[in-house]
Amino acid sequence: MGVNSNPVLGGEGFLTTSIEAFANWGRKNSLWPMPFGTACCAIEMMSVFASRFDLSRFGAEVARFSPRQADLMIVSGTITYKMASVCRRIYDQMPEPKWVIAMGSCTCGGGPFDSYAVVQGIDEFLPVDVYVGGCPPRPEALIDAVMKIQKKIEMEGAPIL
Amino acid sequence: MSLEIGSLVESLQSRFSDTVGDVSEFRNETTIYIKKENVLNVLGYLKSEFDFTFLAELTAVDLLEVKSPRYEVVYMLHRFGIDYEENVRIRIKAQVSAQDMTIDSVTSIWRGADWLEREVYDMFGIVFLGHPDLRRILMPEDYEPHPLRKDFDVRNREASKQSFERALKEGND
Repeated sequence: MGVNSNPVLGGEGFLTTSIEAFANWGRKNSLWPMPFGTACCAIEMMSVFASRFDLSRFGAEVARFSPRQADLMIVSGTITYKMASVCRRIYDQMPEPKWVIAMGSCTCGGGPFDSYAVVQGIDEFLPVDVYVGGCPPRPEALIDAVMKIQKKIEMEGAPIL
Repeated sequence: MSLEIGSLVESLQSRFSDTVGDVSEFRNETTIYIKKENVLNVLGYLKSEFDFTFLAELTAVDLLEVKSPRYEVVYMLHRFGIDYEENVRIRIKAQVSAQDMTIDSVTSIWRGADWLEREVYDMFGIVFLGHPDLRRILMPEDYEPHPLRKDFDVRNREASKQSFERALKEGND
């Protein structure tokens, strides 16, 4: 990417870049999260969206409750095996490219629930990009996770179809 | 009108002499054991004659290697009143053996017993005869074990995983 001042191409005030870099720059600054909140972590996630922590500063405030319109899934809360198939189906319904944040100890590894009903980490059935520890994590930790996703999109990008 | 627990117990004992078993009191809570064959008669009588209109809780206990018969179904009954003394709570227990895991449903007396009995069926496998819709309520419908039984390993996730895999496959059809 560079500022161009070629008079043949129209003079000053435009940039040359690759389509991929431009698309990924747009993607990372307009993440549309799909909140999958099942427990107390969801309360912290809500406060991240609200005024004090204000995720809109990172362009990710448009929480979509339809997976068809989302590209970032924030799984916050204990996931039981009965819920896991629902969680996986919602992830499958999201259009590519998509990213997943596992928020809280329960989603990362089952948390305190070493029991017959609880999935011991959602990476058993979902590809997780960023893990956020804590029970529940502070809102700042979730913001950090969103920033890590942004960094990942910037560094790795995603194919443009 | 206040209610004397003592007179209630006496009334039960005289009317259902062959059904009412042990009566015990602990910290002002009365527990009455009854035979499971007469659950409907005794509980119906308590509701109609003593105004126990509210089934506060219905649950079960697994007493494996502690007591025989193995299971106890527990009914917590509440009676409402304006004054403090009129609000009375008693506990009725019925023993269920592992050989014959059935007991009459009390949904005909309290409609609210519906989901409570489904939960006991789900967790312990006790079958409630005459229940309108006895399906699992918490675990997946194709789940095999009954997780609150004492001989079930609480960390055993195999059955849950199988139900999960099956649910995934059905969703892809």
